[in-house]
Amino acid sequence: MYVAVKGGEKAIDNAHAWLGEIRRGDTDIAALSVAQIRSQLSLAVDRVMAEGSLFDADLAALAIKQSRGDLIEAIFLIRAYRTTLPRFGASAPIKTENMACMRRISATFKDVPGGQVLGPTFDYTHRLLDFKLAADGVIDEARKAATPDEAKPHITEFLNQEGLIQHEPTSDTTPPDLTREPLELPASRALRLQALARGDEGFVLGMGYSTQRGYGRNHAFVGELRIGDVAVELDIPELGFSVEIADIEVSECETVNQFSGSKTEPPQFTRGYGLVFGQSERKAISMALLDRALRWKELGEDSSGSPAQDEEFVLYHCDNIQATGFVEHIKLPHYVDFQAELELVRTLRREATEAKVAKEAAL
Amino acid sequence: MTENSENVSRKGWMSTLAKAPAGLLAEAWQQADVAQSFAWLRAPEIGTVMVRGAMGGTGAPFNLGELTVTRCALRLDDGTVGHAYISGRDRQKAEIAALCDALMQTSEASAVQAKIINPLTRAYQSKRASKAEKAAATKVDFFTLVRGED
Repeated sequence: MYVAVKGGEKAIDNAHAWLGEIRRGDTDIAALSVAQIRSQLSLAVDRVMAEGSLFDADLAALAIKQSRGDLIEAIFLIRAYRTTLPRFGASAPIKTENMACMRRISATFKDVPGGQVLGPTFDYTHRLLDFKLAADGVIDEARKAATPDEAKPHITEFLNQEGLIQHEPTSDTTPPDLTREPLELPASRALRLQALARGDEGFVLGMGYSTQRGYGRNHAFVGELRIGDVAVELDIPELGFSVEIADIEVSECETVNQFSGSKTEPPQFTRGYGLVFGQSERKAISMALLDRALRWKELGEDSSGSPAQDEEFVLYHCDNIQATGFVEHIKLPHYVDFQAELELVRTLRREATEAKVAKEAAL
Repeated sequence: MTENSENVSRKGWMSTLAKAPAGLLAEAWQQADVAQSFAWLRAPEIGTVMVRGAMGGTGAPFNLGELTVTRCALRLDDGTVGHAYISGRDRQKAEIAALCDALMQTSEASAVQAKIINPLTRAYQSKRASKAEKAAATKVDFFTLVRGED
C-alpha cells in the first residue's frame, strides 16, 4: 500500500525543469511545432486520439510534444483533460456506409460494387529505409483519377441479403458508458466495443493474434476494411433538429467468421466488428477478432477457456492508462509497508534461528 | 424532431459553417463585411460530444469516444437568434458561425449565402473531390491465379 509522504519539493521542481530542458533537446536544432506533429506524425496523433478517447488532433499533437513522444503518457494527458470538459450530448450512430473512403478493401470478394481502393497504405512497400527522407527529399505528388459515381455499400450486406450472415439487430436504447459507470461484468457487447475502441493497440493486437494462433480460434476473414471520413450528426435540443457538426476520420473492419450453427442458430457466418478513431487498421482488425472471440456465449458456442474469450481478462487489462497506473505505482514510496515486511522477515528468521539452537542444545 | 424545408436549409448552412476550416471562415467573414452588434445568450463554451458507432456498421449503438465541441448562442439587436455547434475548441470560429446563422435568418441572408456559405461549400466540395480522385487512382483489380476464373 502506498502511504503519503512529504517533502522533496525542491528536488521535484528541479527534476521537472530538467525534463523541460531534455524535452526541448539540442537548441541548435529548430523546435518541433504542434502543427508539424499534427500533419507529419499523423498516425501517432491518431493513436493518441483513439486511446485517449477524444477526437481532437491539435490536443493529441500537443500531448505528444509534451510527453516527448511517449504515446501512453500522451494518452494519459488527453484522458485527464477530457475529464475537465462538460458533455453536450451524444451523436447519432455514425453512418459508415456513407463514408468518403480513402481506403476500402475486401479479402472475401474480388469484385465488389464501388471497387477496392488501396489508399495511402504501407502494404506492398518493401519496408526498406528510404534515405531520401533523411535528406529532406522532394515528394511525388499523389496521382488522381476520375471518380466513378458509385456507392460503396458495406460488403457484409451482400451476405446479409442472402441470409448467410448473422443479422445485426438494431436498437434505440442508450448504450452503457464506461466513462460514466464503473465497468461491471458480464458486460454487454456495447460496453466491450467501447472498451476495445479505447484499449491499448498492443494489447488488442496481441489478443487478436492469440485467436489466430489457436487460443479461441474463430476463422476470420476480413470481409471489409474501410478508412475515411464520416459525418458526426448531433441533435441540437434548443433547435429541435440535428446538424452535421464535423467530419471525422475512422477505420472500420468487419470480419466474416465461420460458424457451424448451434442449438438456436442455423449454419451461417457471424461477425466481428472493429471501429477506431483515425487511421489504424491494425487496431481495427485486431478489435474485430477480439469482439468475435468475446461473443462465444451469445452465439451459444463452447468456450475453450482462452484468454481472448475471457471478458474479465480482456476488459480489465486492455486499458493502458489503468495498467500503467497500477504497474508504475509500485515505484512510489512504500516505506511503511516495506518496514512491516522487513520486521516480519526479521522476526521469522530470529524464531527459526532460536528454534534451531534449541534443537541442537537438546541433542 | 420536426423536419421542414426551413430546417433543412438551416441544417445545411449550420453544417457548412461547422465543417469549415477556421481560417477560411474568418477570411470570408472579414471580406463579407456584414458584422452586426449582438448580445450573448450563451458565450462560447468548450465541451464534448460522445460519438456513437453501430455494431457491425448497422446494428445497435455503442460509445466510440468523444469529440471536442464548442457551442454558443447569440442575439442580434433585431432579436434574431443564432446558434453554433462546431467541432474543435475555437471560440472565435464559433462566434462567427453563430453570427452567420443569425444573419442567414435576416435580410442579409443572400449576402451571407453568396459571400460566405457558397465559397465554403465550394472549398469543402473541392477538398473532398481531390481526396476522392486520389483514392480513385489507387483503385485496384485483383486477379486470382491458378484457381481463378479470369
